Amino acid sequence: MNKQPFIRIRKKDDRPFWQKLVIKFAFIVLALLIAALFINSVTKLNPIKVYVSMFKGAFSTKRRIWITVRDTCLLLSIAVGLTPAFRMKFWNTGAEGQILVGGLCSAALMIYLGNKIPSALLLVLMFIGSAIAGALWGLRPAYFKAKYNTNETLFTLMMNYVGIQLIEFFVDIWDKKQSHSVGIINGDTNAGWFPALFGQQYLLNVLLVAVITIAITIYLTYSKHGYEVTVTGESESTARYSGVNVPKVIIRTMLLSGALCGLAGFTEVAGISHTISVKTSGGRGFTAIIVAWLAKLNPLVMIIYSFLIVFLNKGAVQIASDFNLNEYASNIITGILLFCILASEFMTNYEIVFRHKEEQ
Amino acid sequence: MKKLLSLLLAALLVITMTGCNNGGGGEGGEKEDKLKIGVILVGDENEGYTFAHMEGIRAAMKANGLSDDQVIWKYSIGESQDCYDSAVDLVEQGCKAVFSNSYGHQPFMQQAASEYPDVKFVAATGDTAALSGLNNFSNAFTNVYESRYVSGIVAGMKLAELEAAGQIPAESYKDGKVLIGYVGAYPYAEVVSGFTAFFLGVKSVFPNVTMEVIFTNSWFNITAEGETANTLMADHCVIIGQHADSTGAPAAVEAALAKGTVAYSVGYNVDMLAVAPNAALTSATNNWAVYYTYAFGQVVKGEKIATDWAEGYKTGAVAITALGPNCAPGTQEAVDKAIAAIKSGELHVFDTSTWTVNGEHLTELKIDLTGDFDTDDAADKNAIFDGYFHESEFRSAPSFSIYVDGIFEK
Repeated sequence: MNKQPFIRIRKKDDRPFWQKLVIKFAFIVLALLIAALFINSVTKLNPIKVYVSMFKGAFSTKRRIWITVRDTCLLLSIAVGLTPAFRMKFWNTGAEGQILVGGLCSAALMIYLGNKIPSALLLVLMFIGSAIAGALWGLRPAYFKAKYNTNETLFTLMMNYVGIQLIEFFVDIWDKKQSHSVGIINGDTNAGWFPALFGQQYLLNVLLVAVITIAITIYLTYSKHGYEVTVTGESESTARYSGVNVPKVIIRTMLLSGALCGLAGFTEVAGISHTISVKTSGGRGFTAIIVAWLAKLNPLVMIIYSFLIVFLNKGAVQIASDFNLNEYASNIITGILLFCILASEFMTNYEIVFRHKEEQ
Repeated sequence: MKKLLSLLLAALLVITMTGCNNGGGGEGGEKEDKLKIGVILVGDENEGYTFAHMEGIRAAMKANGLSDDQVIWKYSIGESQDCYDSAVDLVEQGCKAVFSNSYGHQPFMQQAASEYPDVKFVAATGDTAALSGLNNFSNAFTNVYESRYVSGIVAGMKLAELEAAGQIPAESYKDGKVLIGYVGAYPYAEVVSGFTAFFLGVKSVFPNVTMEVIFTNSWFNITAEGETANTLMADHCVIIGQHADSTGAPAAVEAALAKGTVAYSVGYNVDMLAVAPNAALTSATNNWAVYYTYAFGQVVKGEKIATDWAEGYKTGAVAITALGPNCAPGTQEAVDKAIAAIKSGELHVFDTSTWTVNGEHLTELKIDLTGDFDTDDAADKNAIFDGYFHESEFRSAPSFSIYVDGIFEK
């Protein structure tokens, strides 16, 4: 009678938190084991040494730790910036462009107002300016989505290329059409640079991102706006029925998302590189989408995934340096890890049931 | 199941931690004593431009008796903040000198140089070291215009052979002159200087020639370079030269040649015979070993690295690759003769008697040495004297940035 299949998969979304944690951790360990097998079989290197080297790349000196933290914060701030739009199921693939125009605005203010006004005031203006620039970059796709229901994925994506061309244009103006680089801006006076707090060059970056992350978490979880965003994301009809002005919510939320990404550009230009180029965004606008998704749009969980991705990048540079393993090798390790994380997502929500267990 | 898992985890933790200790202990001891040099590379061995630098660095290590653990390599470092971070990281690992190989690394290297005055920094192919006023910051560039000139001679010999055999199609004559093409990366002085040298090389053996230049606006873009070569061949260019880093153009020329188009390729950086066995004549290349051997030697001796280093055939810093099977007979002799003349100082690539601008032979051409991209400042110098333009003598990066008669941009 009991001719049930030997293995069945059953939905199980009521696991306690600790169980989910154990499953995720187990899959990360599994990923490390698979990658270790790969490293050993292909390169004959001791995988533990490779992992130690990756770890060193991110943590072995005080400076490396700070850079890891700094880059984690930058990636986090973009992922957090995407979150309001994503919660609304508005697929903002335009973070790259929003970062670039935010950074461009910061750089322009540094170039034209640097040394003319106090640095603190300049920083405030750059903060506001880059947020507005990013918001405006997000406004157009949002307006057309709200008004004509255009496809926001393509629209925001295409805006990236407009942003890139805009940067090219201004770089050409600022470098007098020769070297294709604006160089380090205000290198002599540090006007418009993030000041070191308590002797820590990147502490302000961390504080800024921490404040943004907490504020957005609260905004999305506890405010009326956050509720409207979620409802609009679940179903526009429901939202309309419950009295939400959907076009207004779309535009308002996208303005916020764009502004936050613009601020990431501000952090990058004023707090990290002090220059502007098409490489300022460095693909982080797309990496942040992965981070946001892996974290299921939970800003606090994004901290973990931002860190993981930055850690892998730092490790990649180090293993190239130590063992001559080029980026293909590190990409494979990253790939294995991401696959296992996705698998762990599945396993936290489903369970595998064996026949004999069912009988008991 | 759970027990097994926790056991596994515990085991892994133990292994990782012991591994940590071993790794840390092994390296710590010798960190302080040995001289260390750091190199920051824009790519890795899979990219021709970086590969050429890596070869040079390895040769320099050998020549200066540096062991493998004395040079720390950073691969695939973008022209971004990553470069600055890497440079500082190398300093913290104890490097006494840091080299970067791509032009875009320069501002970040300069920033690091200003912060660490005790460490030497070199931005190869850069141009701001002299302007920066930093004693520990240098640039280096090979006189690749010399090898481009010689590669032009190879192309010119081929044109002469084709014309003598009546193989140049009628459409390839523009105003009575044979049309050749050039795939340029960017409209910068580095590229203009290069294609002018190439053009003058062609002209030295085949005077009846005119050259069309198209820019791809990228240093490395296989597709764009191939397409640009196709456009040039559609305009009936017989020779396709290039200042771009990929194999796109030679591959496109090879394909066209196979279909019957009369076209041959002169490459850059690497031997193109692998992708264009019939169409490739030769490539102009740099031999970075000469520079790195010199610079590493200065570091070992604790002496200053020249702020602007530029050398060519005289010290073997430039060369052309092996001649392809379809080169005209007598090419090798012509090449050897030109190289000997360049070495002896008898032949100057930018000899003013060989080129004109708007029909006139120039006697004065000021170059910008102040970094403001005009030539009105007192410090900007005239580089034409003794009958030739003195390329790369006032600063290592090329500065010849005008179009001579016979070269036009589409």
